[in-house]
Amino acid sequence: MKALRAESRAAGLFLAPALVILLVFFLLPVVAGFALSLTDFDLYSLGDIHNVRFVALHNYAAILRSEIFWTALGNTLYFSLVGGPLTVAVSLGAALLVNAKAACLKPLFRTIYFAPVVTTLVAVSVVFRFFYHPRFGALNRALGAIGLPQIDWLGDPRWAMPAIILLAVWKNFGYNMIIFIAGLQAIPDELYEASRIDGAGAWRQFRHITLPMLGPTFLFVGIVTAIGYLQLFAEPYVMTYGGPLNKTLSAVMLMYKEGFRWWRMGYAAAVAFLLCLVILLATAVQLRFQDKPERS
Amino acid sequence: MNRRGNTLFVNAALVIGAAVTLYPLLWMLSASFMSNGEATTFPPHLIPHAATLDQYRQLFIRLNLGRAFLSSTIIAVVTTLVSLLFNSMAGYAFARLRFGGRERLFRLLLAALVIPGQVAMLPLFLLMKNLHLVNTYWGAILPALASVFGIFLIRQFMLSIPQDLLEAARIDGASELKIYWSVVMPLARPILATLAIYTFMTTWNDFMWPLIVLNDQRRYTLPVALASLVGEHALDIELMMAGSVVTVLPVLLLFLALQRHYIAGLTAGGIKG
Amino acid sequence: MKLRWMIAGLLLLGCAERRQPGVEQLEFWGLGREGEVVADLLPEFERRNPGIHVTLQQIPWIAAHEKLLTAHVGEATPDLAQMGNTWIPEFVAVGGLADLGPFAKASKTIDGGRGDFPGIWATNVVDGVLYGIPWYVDTRVMFYRSDVLAAVGYPQFPRTWSAWMDAMTRIQRERKCRYGILMPTNEFEPIEVIALSNGSTLLNADGTRGAFQAPPFREAFNFYVDVFHRGLAPVVSNTQVANLYQQFSQGEFAMHITGPWNVGEFKRRLPPEMNGKWATAPLPARDASAPTGVSIAGGASLVIFNASRHKAAARKLIEFLSEPAQQVRFFELTGDLPARRSAWTAPALANDPYFPAFREQLERVLPLPKVPEWEQIANNIFESGEAAIRRATTNQAALAALDRATDDILTKRRWVLAQKASR
Repeated sequence: MKALRAESRAAGLFLAPALVILLVFFLLPVVAGFALSLTDFDLYSLGDIHNVRFVALHNYAAILRSEIFWTALGNTLYFSLVGGPLTVAVSLGAALLVNAKAACLKPLFRTIYFAPVVTTLVAVSVVFRFFYHPRFGALNRALGAIGLPQIDWLGDPRWAMPAIILLAVWKNFGYNMIIFIAGLQAIPDELYEASRIDGAGAWRQFRHITLPMLGPTFLFVGIVTAIGYLQLFAEPYVMTYGGPLNKTLSAVMLMYKEGFRWWRMGYAAAVAFLLCLVILLATAVQLRFQDKPERS
Repeated sequence: MNRRGNTLFVNAALVIGAAVTLYPLLWMLSASFMSNGEATTFPPHLIPHAATLDQYRQLFIRLNLGRAFLSSTIIAVVTTLVSLLFNSMAGYAFARLRFGGRERLFRLLLAALVIPGQVAMLPLFLLMKNLHLVNTYWGAILPALASVFGIFLIRQFMLSIPQDLLEAARIDGASELKIYWSVVMPLARPILATLAIYTFMTTWNDFMWPLIVLNDQRRYTLPVALASLVGEHALDIELMMAGSVVTVLPVLLLFLALQRHYIAGLTAGGIKG
Repeated sequence: MKLRWMIAGLLLLGCAERRQPGVEQLEFWGLGREGEVVADLLPEFERRNPGIHVTLQQIPWIAAHEKLLTAHVGEATPDLAQMGNTWIPEFVAVGGLADLGPFAKASKTIDGGRGDFPGIWATNVVDGVLYGIPWYVDTRVMFYRSDVLAAVGYPQFPRTWSAWMDAMTRIQRERKCRYGILMPTNEFEPIEVIALSNGSTLLNADGTRGAFQAPPFREAFNFYVDVFHRGLAPVVSNTQVANLYQQFSQGEFAMHITGPWNVGEFKRRLPPEMNGKWATAPLPARDASAPTGVSIAGGASLVIFNASRHKAAARKLIEFLSEPAQQVRFFELTGDLPARRSAWTAPALANDPYFPAFREQLERVLPLPKVPEWEQIANNIFESGEAAIRRATTNQAALAALDRATDDILTKRRWVLAQKASR
């Protein structure tokens, strides 16, 4: 018993530094953020603290009524719902290739495909910003060489978000690929052997063995990717600053602009919490969606 | 598809994929050695006609990027070392120290993973302001000194440390601190390596929080300095590419040197989760 | 081992600053090109004031507003800074700026603003208190290809909107240039000056609501959007213009509304064959009832932050930069117009053919609304313009949305003013 109490005391000591940091620099701000979102704290408040009013849910109502919020949310969802599955698909494809028995130099290719993940997002946004240049960019030059029309990728409201999605897919597919590879390697070979004896071709094996066995992996990858993509910020900040015509304005960018450019901090805090709600919903939806097939 | 065709297809696809994946990075490297305006000339070429260090000279001498490099290094190194300590202590406690409410507390921590960091940023900034830590390195470092992900990773690993080993040490009279430092940590080297690499890379690449908390140009980290350069030198493509190389190279090299640890650690944490 | 590293790291953090003993350190933030160029003037100041060392930081315009405000909130402001005069009301609202009234009256160089343009001096006064000393003045005028305009029948630049529209149309029809005018869609100044020239006040009388659907602004907005819809201006933002000077000399466009810094830039960057082929003129008026259009009372001031602990030294630097000799020298380096009228008699200015247009325009300038929220409202203005130009919305809908957004932004201001009134 004395030993257990000693352990408990030690646990307190061991947990203290990390928990204090998380409490003071994460939990406390999150709670304060919610409180902030219930006030109209802004530029005037910074000058004179008496210029603050408790406005309850007024900020939330104003945001839900504003056109710019729905634009930002729509853009963010567009990015997630198109970019997410696209990234997952490319990752799975890459994983299947790298994991294939016929593949040579697996470690080399795995490294190459993972390299974009470790690069700094701001730096590669700068590179891609140039790639997308209507006249000098490599992409348009390539399109021109095969006779396709040139597109003003970052200047055309229709193509700016697809351009950013492309960047995101390139940057992130390597991460999910690694997870998929681990998942693929966990599938016992006997299953494939058995189905081959039954006469199943590669496609059927994929559909009936690989995909179902990867179920939990898909769930993990899907949630992590969705949560990450809903927090889109650096790419539009560096490449388009939310334009053209606010077509690449993301929810986090809206929060940043309202909070740190215009200093409407109560309003911006509300935007942040609404986004948090969306992320929670997206996670819950994914969990529910994945649960159903397993039960059957 | 016959076996030979299959092999050809798979490897050809891998090669094409690799080329597409590497092209932006290779181009970035190559353009950084080009002279002003060469990147936009026709016909487009991947290899510079006359490689020059001009852009790097400009970056480090005129634009003082060396300072940003130093800032990034300081912040990344301090954050990595201290957070490694804090996270490993907490991870160990959750894995192998028995105390009341352990599992509940851990689950609560995991739930926090769903909350996006941006929600905390505004109030965190105001907190830093009151602590007079805005525009200081500590302002950038403190929030990162502990992370739920890090604690989680360590705990998962340490679950595999046999309880008997620790009991034996306790019977020998060792204090908990000594057990942690002399018995557990050496065993945890693989996961510590993984977490160290991961933390260093994440901190080095971090953009939004340093953008907010560091105002002074002299304290900018590389990503923030690079973003501010883009505002001014949007048309100096070769210069921008050199800046990108300087920002990306350290983490890329670190990754190449230690990739086995990094990837192994990530998959272990990811699948078991 | 780890412990040693940590200590080293902490020490490094502490050593981040290097201080010279005995010399007062003055931190000065300059913006844009002015921020680069003022470095040339500082050695003379330090020579005259050996106990003061000035550390200059140059901040690009695009980030300046954010950086200054964040610095104030984070209590990391410099001692003094260059500041666009439209931002002064905002920084006063947050209590960031020091009162410079007594200093201005006592200084012989500044003389309480008697030697300045009244319209410009007024932009630095908020609620009767002076917060900034004008450093250089800025207004927008028309830069144009005089040879092209002459070729389509306008030896003098058009003086009314109808003549202006006619000139642009002819230029394009007769293929003298690809476009009549360049007005980047992400700049709010062209819209603002057209609106001011039409008598719009942009906001209502006490700056509590938008006046963008009122006839003066509506007509101006329609005129502006019409120029694009007729194909007389390219639909580009200023980041998409690869090289303004090259395109101007190659006949891509014949007109551009811009400021005094471009006089120097044009002279430097246009090829020699362009000599004598370009000129400046005041903005056209709505109709013949006025001599010229109305332009913005712009420019930048020098301000001292309340948090500064070196206010006396900062005042010395401001006084130095306000001397007519320094103003003329600064003008020679940047092309920015001096705030002190006495500096205008210098030969470099008086004999330059491009500046009479500015002097004439400075007689008819108005300040933009002095509300702290102006920066955000101005951003919304050009965004509305862009949306209407690209036909994502109708002009009417764009203006209605703009008014709604503006009213929303000004909600707090209405409350704060109501509080003040009831006290």
